[in-house]
Amino acid sequence: MGNGQAPRQTGATEKRHWSTDPFIRSMAFQILTIVVMLALAWTIVVDTAANMARQHVAVGISFLWESTGFDLAQSLIDYSSASSIGRALFIGFLNTVLVAVLGIIFATLIGLTVGVARLSSNWLISRLATAYVEIIRNIPLLLQLFLWYFAVLGVLPDPKNSIQPIPGWVFLNRRGLVFPEVLVGSPTKTALYIAFAVAIAAAFIIRSWARRRQAATGKLFPTVKIGFLLIVGLPLLAFLGLGADLTLNAPRHSTFNISGGTTVNPELMAMLAGLTFYTASFIAETVRGGILAVSHGQVEAAKALGLSGGQTLNLVVLPQALRVIIPPLTNQYLNLTKNSSLAVAIGYPDLVYVGEVVFSKLGHTMEVIALWMVIYLGTSLITSVFMNWYNRRVAIVER
Amino acid sequence: MVQTPTLASPTVAGKAFVRRQLAASLPPPLATAGILGWLRKNLFGSLSDAILTVVGLAIIVYVVWTVADFAIVRAVTTATTGEACRKPGAGACWPYVTSFWRLFAYGYYPPAEQWRPNVVFALFALLLIPLAIPAAPLKRTNAVLFLIGLPIVAAILLSGGVFGLASVETRLWGGFLVTLIIAVTGIVASFPLGLLLALGRRSNMPAIRFLSVMYIEFWRGVPLITVLFLASNMLPLFLPVGWNVDQLVRALVGVTLFTAAYIAEIIRGGLQAIPRGQYEGAMALGLGYWQMMVLIVLPQAIKIVIPNLVSSFISLFKDTTLVQIVSIYDLLGTIQQSRNDPAWTAPTTSSTGYLVAALIFWTCCFGMSRYSQFIERRLHTGHRR
Repeated sequence: MGNGQAPRQTGATEKRHWSTDPFIRSMAFQILTIVVMLALAWTIVVDTAANMARQHVAVGISFLWESTGFDLAQSLIDYSSASSIGRALFIGFLNTVLVAVLGIIFATLIGLTVGVARLSSNWLISRLATAYVEIIRNIPLLLQLFLWYFAVLGVLPDPKNSIQPIPGWVFLNRRGLVFPEVLVGSPTKTALYIAFAVAIAAAFIIRSWARRRQAATGKLFPTVKIGFLLIVGLPLLAFLGLGADLTLNAPRHSTFNISGGTTVNPELMAMLAGLTFYTASFIAETVRGGILAVSHGQVEAAKALGLSGGQTLNLVVLPQALRVIIPPLTNQYLNLTKNSSLAVAIGYPDLVYVGEVVFSKLGHTMEVIALWMVIYLGTSLITSVFMNWYNRRVAIVER
Repeated sequence: MVQTPTLASPTVAGKAFVRRQLAASLPPPLATAGILGWLRKNLFGSLSDAILTVVGLAIIVYVVWTVADFAIVRAVTTATTGEACRKPGAGACWPYVTSFWRLFAYGYYPPAEQWRPNVVFALFALLLIPLAIPAAPLKRTNAVLFLIGLPIVAAILLSGGVFGLASVETRLWGGFLVTLIIAVTGIVASFPLGLLLALGRRSNMPAIRFLSVMYIEFWRGVPLITVLFLASNMLPLFLPVGWNVDQLVRALVGVTLFTAAYIAEIIRGGLQAIPRGQYEGAMALGLGYWQMMVLIVLPQAIKIVIPNLVSSFISLFKDTTLVQIVSIYDLLGTIQQSRNDPAWTAPTTSSTGYLVAALIFWTCCFGMSRYSQFIERRLHTGHRR
């Protein structure tokens, strides 16, 4: 079978028979494969059309504008059962994004901590971190979600007997976690956004100035600390300057229920807990591998130069470890996003859950499944394009 | 300046003391040797270290005590109904597990026919164990029996309808049986497809490469749940009118197509790790493409990626739990079904069921990951510098 591994021999003294020419063979094989694939695709299209005609199902996207007739447990934007199916699916998408973003943040923090802890010189801490990783990553995520949702959050007291970590302010019960709603006056809100944007811009300017100064004079500048202070401090100043216009709308505890305040649904809590702890165990391994990949000579050289422990970590080890860590870390982020589709099993209204409700109640299975695939595939592809660009940027420029 | 005193020196004669034997060596300082030294070095090296140790110890004690208290101390071990488990303060409800273990193992497989799954389990173990032990003989025969013989025998034995065996519909299958069927079929059936895709992605033929890349990137980009929904709802539509596909087979097709993409990427990693000289050497010997691949490249490439294949099998094994979303009840699915059984409803029933499932899954997955590390060390010979 020729796949063209051997170069095409032109001008050979002995004329090859056409049937053994690698080029002809390769072309023939490719054409054959394409024809078979097209035939297969055509059969599927014809069969599907026949099946759908038999079941009197019409395919189209007009259903997206029909009203849903069902309620959703959690929506970040306005929604009622009169809203359109398209809006419901969009809300599902927003919920997926919410749980994925929060999950990524928490999983990174825990994963980083555990990964570093596994390399700790403290025997107990490194064993503890190892046990965490080995236990959590060998238990199916779905089982962990069930455990959180049905066995931990499901047996919490009813609203009447809520657990109150901060009495009168924070309530934890079977319906979720209720904490005071923060109401900020609209001029203050605008000011906060502006202050935040200004602080981020200032932090970037300071960073580039500090880099130029370091390149010119070798003097270090505490960029991270100052940047952090700016990003927290500037909005705080703006807030206090405008008279601290903030009201806390505490939840009211009546006999049977709790009204007011902001509620975090148990579904969201279970999703976050499950996704975070599960993904963190994989991130921990990635981080550990990345740090171990930095050769020990680098650390010794940094010590010989008189760098402190923190400086060694920040200026020598981490920049090199990140090159190794980032590609698998992105994979873990993508896995977390894809795993958030397990929400359907515990009823967190993410994209898959809303879609499943739509096609089990109203039909349009094919369109909904196609929509899911397009959205998840799009997210994956966009992320990998971005990551390839990033990898090229941070790759070691070799001589 | 210290002058070395000698015995002969008149100035020190009579006063000099010279040791004639070596003094017994002093014990090492307590702080660096023995248990205390170990403790100081590894647990209490500095103040922050000591704080971490105490916090870590507190976490361990808390977790171990919580689990032991639940599973042993407060546990209900003998009861015929859920009454005892419903008492306030009761821990794990073990009688619930003993009364449902058949469901967890076989699903709704008829009790009179449960010897058939048992035979399959036994054959599985009998063929897998010698396959896993490197020193065991007849590897090739063993592998053929395991990869081709066992699936055929298992399919005939479990579904019946021939040789006088009563027919058992797949919707009655469940529990650990289904977990095992999906995991093993998933990896065995997806391997050939994954192999072809990996070769396709490394091929010089643009059309083949393009098709392979499309396939791999598509399946790797979507979550398994959407694939299962696709297989369970859409597969019958893709087939000619009147063809009916069994629900379990639909899920198996979905899992196989999905896993093949991951296997393809793993094998591609192995192919890329083979030095170019091996390809060139094979071509110089006049081998054709398939001879080169089968005789020279693939044996080396697959050997390198065995650990990765095992970890892909581990994740497939964990992912089998998702099939309950399309109404196929694997081990976790049967626990979900039975935990709300009115006879056994209690606040701790779910936790007990999940604890059992967690133990089973953990034992299998941890065992496999240890085995893959063992193989990795074994295969590493000759490459270590």
